[in-house]
Amino acid sequence: MSAGFSEVVSRTVVLRERNIDTDQIIPARFLTTTERKGLGKFAFNDWRYLADGSPNPEFELNKPANAGAAILVAGRNFGCGSSREHAPWALTDLGLRAVISSEIADIFRSNSLKNGLLPIVVEQDLLDELLDQPGIELRIDVRERRLHLPDGRSAPFPLDAFAQTCLLEGVDQLGYLLRQLDAIHGFEQRRAAAQQASFSQEQVHAR
Amino acid sequence: MTSATQPTTLFDKLWTAHLVAPESEAAPAVLYIDLHLIHEVTSPQAFAELESRGLSPRRPDLTKGTLDHSTPTLPAGADGRLPYYTAEAENQVDTLRRNCARHGVELFDYDSDHRGIVHVIGPELGLTQPGQTIVCGDSHTATHGAFGALAFGIGTSEVGHVLATQCLLQRKPKTLAINVEGELAPGVGAKDLILHIIGAIGVNGGTGHVIEYRGSTIRALSMDERMTVCNMSIEAGARAGLIAPDQTTFDYLAQTPRAPRGADWERAVARWSEFKTDEGAQFDREVRIHASAIKPTLTWGTHPGQVAAIDAHLPQANDADEAKALAYMGFDGGAAMAGRPVDVVFVGSCTNSRLSDLRQAAQVLRGRRVHPRVRMLVVPGSEQVKRAAEAEGIDAVVRAAGAEWREPGCSMCIAMNGDLVGAGQLAVSTSNRNFEGRQGKGARTLLASPLTAAACAVAGHVVDPRDYLDAVKEVA
Ligand code: SF4
Repeated sequence: MSAGFSEVVSRTVVLRERNIDTDQIIPARFLTTTERKGLGKFAFNDWRYLADGSPNPEFELNKPANAGAAILVAGRNFGCGSSREHAPWALTDLGLRAVISSEIADIFRSNSLKNGLLPIVVEQDLLDELLDQPGIELRIDVRERRLHLPDGRSAPFPLDAFAQTCLLEGVDQLGYLLRQLDAIHGFEQRRAAAQQASFSQEQVHAR
Repeated sequence: MTSATQPTTLFDKLWTAHLVAPESEAAPAVLYIDLHLIHEVTSPQAFAELESRGLSPRRPDLTKGTLDHSTPTLPAGADGRLPYYTAEAENQVDTLRRNCARHGVELFDYDSDHRGIVHVIGPELGLTQPGQTIVCGDSHTATHGAFGALAFGIGTSEVGHVLATQCLLQRKPKTLAINVEGELAPGVGAKDLILHIIGAIGVNGGTGHVIEYRGSTIRALSMDERMTVCNMSIEAGARAGLIAPDQTTFDYLAQTPRAPRGADWERAVARWSEFKTDEGAQFDREVRIHASAIKPTLTWGTHPGQVAAIDAHLPQANDADEAKALAYMGFDGGAAMAGRPVDVVFVGSCTNSRLSDLRQAAQVLRGRRVHPRVRMLVVPGSEQVKRAAEAEGIDAVVRAAGAEWREPGCSMCIAMNGDLVGAGQLAVSTSNRNFEGRQGKGARTLLASPLTAAACAVAGHVVDPRDYLDAVKEVA
């Protein structure tokens, strides 16, 4: 897990399509890697490159004006499909730090939060507005859980308190779980004992 | 707290039974995982993470590995080597092999009688059991919910969490009941049903929810069919789909090699029987589906919610997304679904590669030929399925019809192993995703049942499988 961060300030890059699935974010044929790094070059591969392998000049992420944008604004239901964590790995490798949509698929959202990619869900009206104004500068405040627009307006977004702490403090979720090992061990023992008890009870009945 | 008298859902019972620590505002629940399935694609980075921290798997006995995604479906060549698509694919398989060997994880390798698609072998071995929590770095883990297990897909970081602690950090999802009543018509199966459901509730209809499939239609399904339904829960956005265990479940499990035996079996059935939704329990949402009106159903677009009955016409491009989907598919809005020329037919994947699926395809193919334009692949879901199918001559029927009979694996479902649909080609596929490029760059996919797929292979175009209803009746 990376060091904590409290805000993302960037221009937006817009992909208007709805239901952008993980096979678009990173096509399956690039999943044979055993590494986490270096997947950015395959992000949106089939939209980003033409048949001859050259960059598609029409694709938003290829336009010089969008170079360096760290906030992706995408149509409703982003990240549906597979559980591949390669999707957020590819997006962060591309330099993205946040994805804004009106709906973001569950597994993608969970994977993103573990990789310092902020999944931001906003109302459809606001999303429509953001989709219509590519390139505006937004400030995402993780502490306040608010999205700030350049005209001074702002909107709240949901962010689980635990995920927020992890982002702000760079808490490592595996480290957190490892601190629960005593409780986990206790759970296993309780369960084994309960099964044993039901077993002996049956033996009593059998006699 | 729930008391014994308060009616609760199947999901609630599963959730409560696995809570190591309940959730609070500040932290998610710690949920215990009973069975962890791994494969070559989503596990290497998790093992690497563990090793970089000096950790090893906490309960290697509860983790099982298989090779399915990157693996060839053609047998070894004359040199004894498997025809891997790329050196990287071979390296990925070797990496899983090394990781399993080093950490004492049981792997169903090429020499195993049980290797196959992860979601086919879990149930078939009896590793999948009611009342369990089951996870895998694969979104179709929902398949195992057919046994009344809470089963869902996780990312690679979480694969690492489960390896290291046997637990996951989870927020409690909401519940969605899908009540299906009525009898499915002849020629209409579980695949048509789930495609119809996804079309009805949408690809995001289940987001944030765990689905429980209920009702007389669901009760009447075989385990194979229940798995087909639960498999595609994720295509409606739900991480998990559940069906309460019943006699059908127990009869299936009684035949599996790893199910409890003797007195243990009796105790297990008693325990499993408690995993059902109590009368009067409340779901966060409920949906009602009438089964008798469902026809053979296919997708026409680029996500699994874009579905149409076989005798329907494609929609007009109602918005930019539909226009884009129609353009990608090369279809005109308003045109008939039936009659489009088909290039490739794929029968396989964790949705439809079990013995009953292959039997249905074979019933249509028996005594017929695949249309000369069509390339057809039939890929059994596991070694066991393959052997059982060969024992009843299904391989011979498939070959005689001019289709290819392959070794078990994911194959054309994800097209990572070189089994590809060409750019611009139209495939009728029994798999679960019709996303752009899912079966190969530029490939166009229509998702359908094994019956529909086989009928399209013979006809050479999209066709109503009920035209082959004589064959269908023999199956039923
Ligand atoms: S068959 Fe397809 S959906 Fe199923 S596990 Fe393999 S790749 Fe995933």
